Amino acid sequence: MDLSYSPEERAFEAEVRAFLAEKLPPEIAATVQARKELTKGELERWHAILNEKGWLAGPWPKEFGGQGWGPVEAHIFEEECCRAGAPRIVPFGVRMLAPVLMKFGTAEQQAEFLPRILDGRDWWCQGYSEPGAGSDLASLRTKAERDGDAYVVNGQKTWTTLGQYANRIFCLVRTKAEGKPQEGISFLLVDLDTPGIEMRPIRLIEGGYEVNEVFFTDVRVPVANLVGAENEGWTIAKFLLGHERTNIAGVGFSLQALEQVKDLAHRVMRNGKPLIRNTLFAARLARVEAELEAMKITNLRMLARAAEGGRLTSEPSMLKITGTVIRQEINDLARRALGPAAAPFPSEELEGNLAIAPEGHARDAASYFNNRKISIYGGSNEIQRNILAKGLMQK
Amino acid sequence: MNFEMSDDRRMLADTLRRALAEGYGFEHRTRVAYEPPFHDPGQWAALCELGLLYAFAGEDTGGMGGSGFDIAVVFEEIGRALCPEPVLPALMATKLMEAAGAPLDDMLSGAVRHAVAMGETDAPYDLAGIAARATKTTDGWALSGRKSVVYGAGVAERLLVLARDGDGLALFDVAASDAQIVPYGMIDGGPAGEVLLDGTPATRLDLDAETAAQDALDWAALALAAEALGAMKATFGLLTDYLATRRQFGQPIGAFQALQHRAVDLSIEIEQARSIVISGAAAMGGPAQSHRASQAKHLVGRIARQVAEEAIQMHGGIAMTWEYPVSHYAKRLVMIDHQFGDTDHHLERLIETLQAG
Repeated sequence: MDLSYSPEERAFEAEVRAFLAEKLPPEIAATVQARKELTKGELERWHAILNEKGWLAGPWPKEFGGQGWGPVEAHIFEEECCRAGAPRIVPFGVRMLAPVLMKFGTAEQQAEFLPRILDGRDWWCQGYSEPGAGSDLASLRTKAERDGDAYVVNGQKTWTTLGQYANRIFCLVRTKAEGKPQEGISFLLVDLDTPGIEMRPIRLIEGGYEVNEVFFTDVRVPVANLVGAENEGWTIAKFLLGHERTNIAGVGFSLQALEQVKDLAHRVMRNGKPLIRNTLFAARLARVEAELEAMKITNLRMLARAAEGGRLTSEPSMLKITGTVIRQEINDLARRALGPAAAPFPSEELEGNLAIAPEGHARDAASYFNNRKISIYGGSNEIQRNILAKGLMQK
Repeated sequence: MNFEMSDDRRMLADTLRRALAEGYGFEHRTRVAYEPPFHDPGQWAALCELGLLYAFAGEDTGGMGGSGFDIAVVFEEIGRALCPEPVLPALMATKLMEAAGAPLDDMLSGAVRHAVAMGETDAPYDLAGIAARATKTTDGWALSGRKSVVYGAGVAERLLVLARDGDGLALFDVAASDAQIVPYGMIDGGPAGEVLLDGTPATRLDLDAETAAQDALDWAALALAAEALGAMKATFGLLTDYLATRRQFGQPIGAFQALQHRAVDLSIEIEQARSIVISGAAAMGGPAQSHRASQAKHLVGRIARQVAEEAIQMHGGIAMTWEYPVSHYAKRLVMIDHQFGDTDHHLERLIETLQAG
């Protein structure tokens, strides 16, 4: 048993760290660390910086413009990015659609779309969930009917993250009404400029705007934009959900967030002492820190297995549950540490002049509320438990 | 033994529930709670007209209530309606002014609104750490310091400020117009503000400030626990409705046993919350007042978070949206734990009592 990285992996870690120290714009890192929303321009700028280095899509195979990173390198990159306060790579093009195109797309689709993902000409968003099809995704009803060389799409998608910045959307649509629901689904690429598409913002619990509803009315999509075969979209959807799961635990996010809470607990006062000296609060911190250490190792065990080419079965679902619960607990500690100072509705004005909360922490309560989403999206923790239960009972 | 509400209180609850339901429809409430002045002055006046604030004082001081159960009944309704009005500062001010032997008429009628400025950045929950200073002037007192996250500041005419006068804590009456107040809204709606004092003229109230302040804090703990109870009942109602109507996998999601059991767990916890509120209400004015108030705030702090988080999780994405009431109930339920001592603060007080006994 050896828990340390190999010399090559350590060298890579140092290289990533040096790159981030040199290239990550400090103002972007500050925005990330204060949990403020990044603008479209800031996200594009960071993507461009990574792309210039060839690291926007490190895990992509070299033939498509990636570095061919294995799971351990991808993990090291993620960890270092979190530590440095780099923005999360917007996943929809780079990490979700691209692997789908590589596996199921035609050569033409690969040649057309993959370079545009890398250089930022395309911003993709995801059209999966519908108002009536959340956890039960296969019950989706957005219809695509063949009419000559086009599909005519009608229906509604929802929870489309950062759709307001996107110019394209990949969608699951129903192309066959008969048979099992899973058998009539297709995977379509849609240009958001096509007539008949309307995007409406959804305001979230803390007041922020990051998700949308997308309405389709007689939207004509060229048949050439079908990925894979007609009615085989469910296979693609499952592939996509099962892909890139090595970062599902979000260990880096949690480590970073925990450091911030610890720092905060040294700075805020309770009963005449720094909060860190308060046994009840320190106990909460110590408990979650132990949980996080355990999860870090579980995550590395999974990575080692994946690196050896082992098939991941239950691990991603376990890590999704543990990872989200731990992150949410750390978010809880951050707002708890602030006491009443967590309560003002965040605004630039309050942060700038009044400093009710210590610098960088004015949005801790908003962030706590917003992050209740992480145990809901991408397959809720209840759905993950269903997957795990099925695996247990089949043995 | 009788756990039935008296007819008077039931009438108060019914009247209040109707008025709040009419006055704070979901869309209206969501608008006024988050836009300056972060409440609805017209509705506030209507509630005062109804006599709401008279429930906070006893008959001997011009009120029509003043007991633990009067306060619990009122705040349960405040919580159920997610009412953003500064009702809690009015309760605390009433108890403080009552202790000072000051006339309450203008306060109870709603003609003059008070905010109570206790907590500071480095002393959010404890009285011992209060650092604001009072110095004697030729014709009264002058206050200096900062009071942070003062509920109802910005919409109050008078401030009751705790400060040190050299000997210990003292309570001062300040005209809001004499202090610098920076008003803002809360993340869960409602008005608050920073109160900046710099040689601000003040009148010293004649009372044992520390005892009176602790008494007001006990009342606040009980009121907030009751408010959380009302908000939890409303949230739970929305949750069970949703479990019965939302269909996935060909059945209502409430047909899944995994969700049924979690809903049942919440219902058990909410009954625990109701019972500790009753216990707290019964203890007010007696020797166990502080202890029971802390037990209520401690227990409800934990339960309210559980109800908020579970209600969101079991709903799914819909409860993450601004347009759906559960998100606003969840915010209130969680943020109640940030007012006048969180679950850990009150647990520490309980531990101290245990260890001293």
